Amino acid sequence: MSRSRKLLLASCALFLTTGPVMAETLGLGRAALPEEIAAWDVSVLPDGQGLKPGSGDVLTGEEVFADKCASCHGEFAEGLDSWPVLAGGEGSLTDPRPVKTIGSYWPHLSTVWDYVHRSMPFGSAQTVSVDETYAITAFLLYSNGLVDEDFVLTNENFTEIVLPNNDGFYPDDRPETEYVLFKGEPCMTGCAEGVPKITKRAVDLNVTPEDPDGRPAGSLPDLRAAVATEGGAEVVAVAAEGEAVVEEPAAEPEAVAEEAVVEEAVVEEAGADPELIAAGEKVFKKCAACHKVGDGAKNATGPVLNGMIDRAAGTVDGFKYSKPLAEMAAGGLVWDAASLHAFLENPKAFMKGTKMTFAGLKKPEERDAIIAYLATFAE
Amino acid sequence: MTDERMSEETTKEGRGPSRRGFLRNSALAGAGLVAGAGAARAEGPDPLITEVQDWASSFGDAVDAAPYGMPIRFESHVTRRNVEWLTESPVSSINFTPIHALEGTITPQGCAFERHHSGAIELSKQDYRLMINGLVDRPLVFTYEDLTRFPRHVTTAFCECAANGGMEWGGAQLEGCQYTQGMIHNMEYTGVMLRDLLAEAGVQTEGKWVYVEGADASSNGRSIPMEKALDDVMVAFFANGEALRKEHGYPVRLVVPGWEGNMWVKWLRRIGVYDRAVESREETSKYTDLMPDGRARKWTWVMDAKSVITSPSPQVPIRHGKGPLVISGLAWSGNGAINRVDVSLDGGRNWQTARISGDAKKKALTRFHLDIDWDGSELFLQSRAVDETGYVQPTKQALREIRGLNNVYHNNGIQTWWVKADGEVENVEIA
Repeated sequence: MSRSRKLLLASCALFLTTGPVMAETLGLGRAALPEEIAAWDVSVLPDGQGLKPGSGDVLTGEEVFADKCASCHGEFAEGLDSWPVLAGGEGSLTDPRPVKTIGSYWPHLSTVWDYVHRSMPFGSAQTVSVDETYAITAFLLYSNGLVDEDFVLTNENFTEIVLPNNDGFYPDDRPETEYVLFKGEPCMTGCAEGVPKITKRAVDLNVTPEDPDGRPAGSLPDLRAAVATEGGAEVVAVAAEGEAVVEEPAAEPEAVAEEAVVEEAVVEEAGADPELIAAGEKVFKKCAACHKVGDGAKNATGPVLNGMIDRAAGTVDGFKYSKPLAEMAAGGLVWDAASLHAFLENPKAFMKGTKMTFAGLKKPEERDAIIAYLATFAE
Repeated sequence: MTDERMSEETTKEGRGPSRRGFLRNSALAGAGLVAGAGAARAEGPDPLITEVQDWASSFGDAVDAAPYGMPIRFESHVTRRNVEWLTESPVSSINFTPIHALEGTITPQGCAFERHHSGAIELSKQDYRLMINGLVDRPLVFTYEDLTRFPRHVTTAFCECAANGGMEWGGAQLEGCQYTQGMIHNMEYTGVMLRDLLAEAGVQTEGKWVYVEGADASSNGRSIPMEKALDDVMVAFFANGEALRKEHGYPVRLVVPGWEGNMWVKWLRRIGVYDRAVESREETSKYTDLMPDGRARKWTWVMDAKSVITSPSPQVPIRHGKGPLVISGLAWSGNGAINRVDVSLDGGRNWQTARISGDAKKKALTRFHLDIDWDGSELFLQSRAVDETGYVQPTKQALREIRGLNNVYHNNGIQTWWVKADGEVENVEIA
C-alpha cells in the first residue's frame, strides 16, 4: 500500500472510529527487534514477570554489597550520612520519625531486584550482573532479618518471598476521604475568632539559603538603595565615559566563586590544556557523587579533593580513611600522576580493601583528563 | 551637530547641562541621584530626566551582540536556587523556580525548577530512540524524526513535584515562596499524543497500564493507568516554542497534565504496556504517602488545587510604604481549571475574591491579582484556590488532621505570610 493511501486511510479512520485505538496506523517507526527489547525492557513486576534466570546467596551478596553499595548504604545497609537506610525500622511507621526500609516499608521484593539491577550503583548504573543482583537482594533480605544466612535467592523461589509491609498500601482514596470534606461554598467573613497568633516562624529555624546581606537568597533588589550604595558621584562620572552605570552587586555568590576558581586555575596551570581540563570536568561526574571540589567543598562520602595533586596520601583533615589507605600513606604514598593513574585504573587492584567502590577508569586519556582537572583546584 | 551646539540647545530647552557640564557637575549630579533615584519624588528636578543620559545619546548593543539572549544583568537574582542540605548529592536533587520574581503564568525554561535522579544527560536527536513494547500487536522503535510525523498538539500544563511544600509539612521552615512552593513550572508544550503512538503499536485488550521510563542512569520509571495514557498525556519535544532544555529532558519528555512531576519522565526512551503496575521504586518506596495508622496511600497521582501569594513574600518585601499595593499570586489544580481565588489580609478571618488575570486554563498555572490600599499595618496574607470541581484549598491543619505528620508529599495547604509594618515578610503558621 502506498504511503499516501495509508495516510488517507488513517485520516478517514480518525473520523470514523470513536474508540481510543485507531483502526489504521500511519506506518511510522519500525519493528523492535527481540535483542533490543531484551536490552531495554528489564522491568521486574511483583508477580515475577521479567525475572531473569539466576541465583545468589547471602554471603556472596554481603561481599558484593560491601564492594559496590556499602560506601553509601553502609556495611550493614544502615545508610551512611543521608544516603538511604535499607535495613531495620520495623514497627516505626507510626513513629514521629519513621524509618522506611525494605524490611519496614517496601511492599514488593521485585522492586528491590528491579531497582538494584537497573539503577544501582549510583553513578555506575547497569553494572550489576543478574546473579549479583540476586545475591545483593538475598543479603538485603538477610540484613532485614527476613532470611537466614544460608539462604539462596533464585528466580524459582523469588515470588514465595512476601515482604512484611506487603499489605501496607492502598490506592488513593482522597476523593472519598478528603474531597468530600473540602467541597462547598467557603466562609467569607468572620471565619475565625480573635486576632491571629503566630505559632511557628521559619526564621527561628534559620535554614534558608541567604544572600550576602543576610536576606533570603534571591530577594528582589531594593530599587531605592541600588544607586546610593554604589557611591553616586563616582558612578555618574564613569557613566559619562560610557562605561557600566552600576556594578552589579554579587547577587550570585556561587557563580562568582566558580569564576574565581577558574581564573585561579588558569593562572596556576598556565601550561595546562583547557580542553583536557574540560574533558576532565566531564569525567569527574563519575566521582562527584562522593568527592567534592572547589570553593567551600567539604568531605562527603569521599574526601575533598582540593589541592590533592602531589600531596601525601591520607592527609585530608577530618576524613576517616580506610585501613589500607592509611597503611599505604604511612608507607609514603604520594598522589602524583603515576600513582593516580595506577589507582584510578583499578582502585581495588592498586589498594586492596579500599573504601572507594569505583570500578575504575580504563581509558588512559580519561585518567589524564581527570588529573589535569583536579590540578586546577588549589588547597 | 557639535557638542557646543548641542550644549546650547539642550541648555536652552532646559533639558540639562552639556556633556562637559555634566562631567564638571558630576559630584553634584551624583548627590542628586542618591536622593532622587527610585524615590520618584525628587526634591529638585530629577537628573535622570533633566540630563541627557549616555544611553539616550550613544549606541547600544548591535543586533548580534547575543545571538541567543539571556536576561539583562540587572535580573541576575532571578535564578533557580537549591537548598543544599536537602539532598546528599546534587545529581540526585532538586532546585526551585524563582516564582517570587516571575509574573504572568509561563515559566521560562532557563529558570524552571530541575529534578534529576542521576543528573541531566546530553542526548542528541540523532541518538534518540523510543521503544513501545509489551502487550502490543507491533513492538516498535521510533526515531526523533518519526515522532515529528505524528499529528502535533499544543497544550499548557503545570508540572509540580509531589514534594512541593514537603519541607513545610511539619511547620513553617523556609523563607520565601521560591523554596516553599517553587517546585513547579508551567510551560506551553508541543508534541504528539501518547494515545497516537500507542495506537500505532496496537494495544492488546489485556494492556491496562503503561510503564514510562527514561534513558538516564536512574532510568526513572512510573506506571500510568491506560485511561490516563489514552486521555491527555503528551510526548513533548518543544516547550515555550523552542526545543526542550537539556535539564527538562531534551529531546523528548512526557507531559502528564495535572499529575505529579515524577511521572513526567524526561529523556523518555521506553513505553512498556503491561497488565498491571510495575510498582517500581519511585511508586512504592518513594511517592507514597504514609498515613497516621502506619499504612500508606499509593497512586496519589493528582496534584490538588493550591495557590500561593508570590508578591509580597519573604523575598519580595514591601519597600514602597503604605498606599496602593498589588498582591499577586498563582493558583492551579490537577483536577481542572481554577474557578476563583480568595485572599485574606487577616489570617483567614475575612476573605475577598481576587481578580483572575488572563486565562484560567485547565491543569495550568493561573495568575490572580488583588489591588489594595495598604494602611501600613501588619497583615497575615493568605490565598485560597477554588477549582472547577468545587474543591476549596484546605488549611495545612485540616490536611494534618487527616494525614498526620509523616505525610511528606502533596502538601497543598494554605500558606500564611506575615507582613510587618516595615514591609518585611515572614513565613509563619498561625492559630
